[in-house]
Amino acid sequence: MSKTLIRGARLLGGEAQDVLIDGEIVAAVGSGLGTDGADVVDVVEADGLVLLPGLVDLHTHLREPGREDSETVLTGTRAAAAGGYTAVHAMANTFPVADTAGVVEQVWRLGRESGYCDVQPVGAVTVGLEGKKLAELGAMADSAAQVRVFSDDGKCVDDAVIMRRALEYVKAFDGVVAQHAQEPRLTEGAQMNEGTVSGELGLTGWPAVAEESIIARDLLLAAHVGSRVHICHLSTAGSVELVRWAKSKGWAVTAEVTPHHLLLTDELVRTFDPVYKVNPPLRTEADVIALREALADGTIDCVATDHAPHPHEDKDCEWSAAAMGMIGLETALSVVQHTMVDTGLLDWAGVADRMSTRPAAIGRLAGHGRPIAAGEPANLVLLDPAYRGTVNPAGFASRSRNTPYEGRELPGRVVATYLRGRATVQDGKLA
Amino acid sequence: MKRHLISAADLTRDDALLVLDTAEEMARVADRPIKKLPTLRGRTVVNLFFEDSTRTRISFEAAAKRLSADVINFSAKGSSVSKGESLKDTALTLEAMGADAVVIRHPSSGAPHRLAASGWINASVVNAGDGTHEHPTQALLDAFTLRRHLSGPGRDLNGRRITVVGDVLHSRVARSNVLLLTTLGAEVTLVAPPTLLPIGVERWPCQVSYDLDAVLAKSDAVMMLRVQRERMNAAFFPTEREYARRYGLDGLRMAALPEHAIVMHPGPMNRGMEITAEVADSPRCTAVEQVANGVSTRMAVLYLLLGGSEPAVAPAAATAATRTEESK
Amino acid sequence: MVENHSSTAGPTGAAQAQAAAADLPAPARPVLEAPDIARVLTRIAHEIVERAKGADDVVLLGIPTRGVFLARRLADKLTGITGRPTQVGSLDITMYRDDLRLHPPRALARTEIPGDGVDGRLVVLVDDVLFSGRTIRAALDALGDIGRPRAVQLAVLVDRGHRELPIRADYVGKNLPTSLRETVKVLLAEEDGRDSVLLGQKESRNDSRQDAHGGPGADARSDAPAR
Repeated sequence: MSKTLIRGARLLGGEAQDVLIDGEIVAAVGSGLGTDGADVVDVVEADGLVLLPGLVDLHTHLREPGREDSETVLTGTRAAAAGGYTAVHAMANTFPVADTAGVVEQVWRLGRESGYCDVQPVGAVTVGLEGKKLAELGAMADSAAQVRVFSDDGKCVDDAVIMRRALEYVKAFDGVVAQHAQEPRLTEGAQMNEGTVSGELGLTGWPAVAEESIIARDLLLAAHVGSRVHICHLSTAGSVELVRWAKSKGWAVTAEVTPHHLLLTDELVRTFDPVYKVNPPLRTEADVIALREALADGTIDCVATDHAPHPHEDKDCEWSAAAMGMIGLETALSVVQHTMVDTGLLDWAGVADRMSTRPAAIGRLAGHGRPIAAGEPANLVLLDPAYRGTVNPAGFASRSRNTPYEGRELPGRVVATYLRGRATVQDGKLA
Repeated sequence: MKRHLISAADLTRDDALLVLDTAEEMARVADRPIKKLPTLRGRTVVNLFFEDSTRTRISFEAAAKRLSADVINFSAKGSSVSKGESLKDTALTLEAMGADAVVIRHPSSGAPHRLAASGWINASVVNAGDGTHEHPTQALLDAFTLRRHLSGPGRDLNGRRITVVGDVLHSRVARSNVLLLTTLGAEVTLVAPPTLLPIGVERWPCQVSYDLDAVLAKSDAVMMLRVQRERMNAAFFPTEREYARRYGLDGLRMAALPEHAIVMHPGPMNRGMEITAEVADSPRCTAVEQVANGVSTRMAVLYLLLGGSEPAVAPAAATAATRTEESK
Repeated sequence: MVENHSSTAGPTGAAQAQAAAADLPAPARPVLEAPDIARVLTRIAHEIVERAKGADDVVLLGIPTRGVFLARRLADKLTGITGRPTQVGSLDITMYRDDLRLHPPRALARTEIPGDGVDGRLVVLVDDVLFSGRTIRAALDALGDIGRPRAVQLAVLVDRGHRELPIRADYVGKNLPTSLRETVKVLLAEEDGRDSVLLGQKESRNDSRQDAHGGPGADARSDAPAR
């Protein structure tokens, strides 16, 4: 059995400790751990590095099956590992849609075969994401993939009755509906956040209220039927207020924010560069500030990447013709360090909570988001917070290059990622 | 001037005056027996139209031809472009054809900006209207028309009160005019039902009113925007009749304007909707004059962008003032 | 003021004329003073009347900027001689220049053709300095697009030589043999506050603008179509 000794890493950014990994398990945590003479031990000198539990993404688009030109489960999980992730939730908007036990099991199996990162499929709420008829949620829950998160992400479950039924139905297997909150009528043809910039650029606006009205409705619905509900990629200050209010009532609501909504604003759309086109759209500075504060105080439970790969041609065109979405797995931790840690809003223990513990708990994902302690699964990420580098997509593991951070200087670097004791990333490179 | 004309905001006051003064001289060419200048001989101007707009296209075509440029009309609607050929591939084709300028009309806001900034082509890009964003040459010809009636050659529009009425939300003409006319010192008031004003309009450098009658007496010019009947179906206003009653310009309202005030319209007009036939056909309506001025203005733009080794340099404010005095 | 035709070094650009005026290499030697200029214009006026047999159908067209002022002065003198009003206007040649592609586009000057036009008339083009001849070539092209004169003649205040085209003046105020290292600067009261013609030295080095902006040598080397 192989052993790895990580020497002198700051656990959750705290005191330097040694961590011994034995097989798939953390065998010991302490100072001055020895190499035990006879055993074959790989020693990693981690002076100045921070050790966190492996990151968990609640919101990833792996594109397989159907759009393997932009990403596959293999390339997507390699990107995830490179970004410090040990588990990702694969969204259901594939071709075919992940709305049957067959498709979710296929994705789950592909993830297991990749070996870079656990892939937990998300099931569609409605057949074909059409918002009309419930998919076989129970069959997906009972499948080998054991789906617990259901979402029509990319589309909003806008029919109030369907949403109510879905919220109720998934209680039977402790599932959660993750809502993509976008009132469709208010966002017909919408191209960017509705505000000063959209008015000047003459791009059809995407009002904050289109997100907030759906969130408000779903919070009330979830409370009414006693279900838990998860809000995807919350993007406005108003949405934060609604979630804060619901939490104050004690309702079972959770919410996520993307790294890009923590950093970028709609001012960037003035470049008309479609790399900034995303759903929900980039909002204003005031929204960014509110989102950071909400993530810091726990109103927003977690960071989810909404990693959305697109082939080059879908972004190398005029704004209105371009696809929405950005890739994010390989830059998420850096953006969070930049926006939350380096600003003093969150410490590394907080990052571990928002990027690992809580998303794993929301997804009911066993074996992830655990404390770094003896006997726990060795899902870990070792990062160098002192590193400063310029984002260069040429080096990405993702098959796509649609990052909004190209050429930007961001802090932090993943040095190593361990999936059940095995290094998927070593010395900053994919193993 | 910048190498491309994408937005009216690209023009400084001096740039704008240079275009307008140049257009004055270009206008005189139209009165000559030979309405042609050799200036752009050997230059190629491509009219790349992704949207039907015969008026704007022939205006640019006439302008380029009067300057002896070779003109290629590329009507992308109904061609390979609508069958999925990308803007990029079209641009690369035009580049291979040796275009010196691309005049682009596109239904998508920002497409000309993208064309100019993408590195796909080396040609100068002139925005001939993009989506609901901008239409800078329309604003220039409007400013040219306004100047002829309200201030005079060489002058700006300082203190002139221009009222723009109608569907501001979807109007590239309104956006470009607000930017350019305020650059030239005019005071612009937008008048529209609240549904047809963009969010954030209160931060634009202009006044906003919902009441047309309240601003007529204080207007040196009224610019009526075309209102598309489809907007009615999207609930921007209840009926055509109600729109015409509240925001249309009829003889009675025209009579409320000061004596010297003019009525403008970028065309094509919806008679009976935003403007009555009586007003449209009155001598105070400059719609036809605007068309003629469009050719002169576009000649000026093409000359200043393409006529030399690089785009024209606007003279400093001081020298511009000298010229102002001289041309009086 | 952007001149389309300045006199610093023959057909050169505006920026340069201003630069030269502001920073004329000393010593610039006056070769004509105000009384001389008045005298030669009077002489030219008489020559025009003589050769045109009364100047009934003469139209004077000045080439901006200083040619226009000279044309107006000549017109006054002609009127004084003949007792009849003289047709006078201006002809901007910017759009007809053969060196357009060597500079950013220039602002246009006014073309003002007197009411009866030029068809069948004797047009006398008026300019301050005759140098390479390219300005006059452009003026002939411009004139051709406006009408068909009976004949075209050329009056200049100074002919400094170095022609690059088969063009000559019909009326010359002063023949001034120059070297290409010299500059000829015409000052007129209307534009410059006083009347004078100055002969100076071109700044020997550094002043690459001089060459880039035309004049003999530069134009000859240029790839601009000569039309």
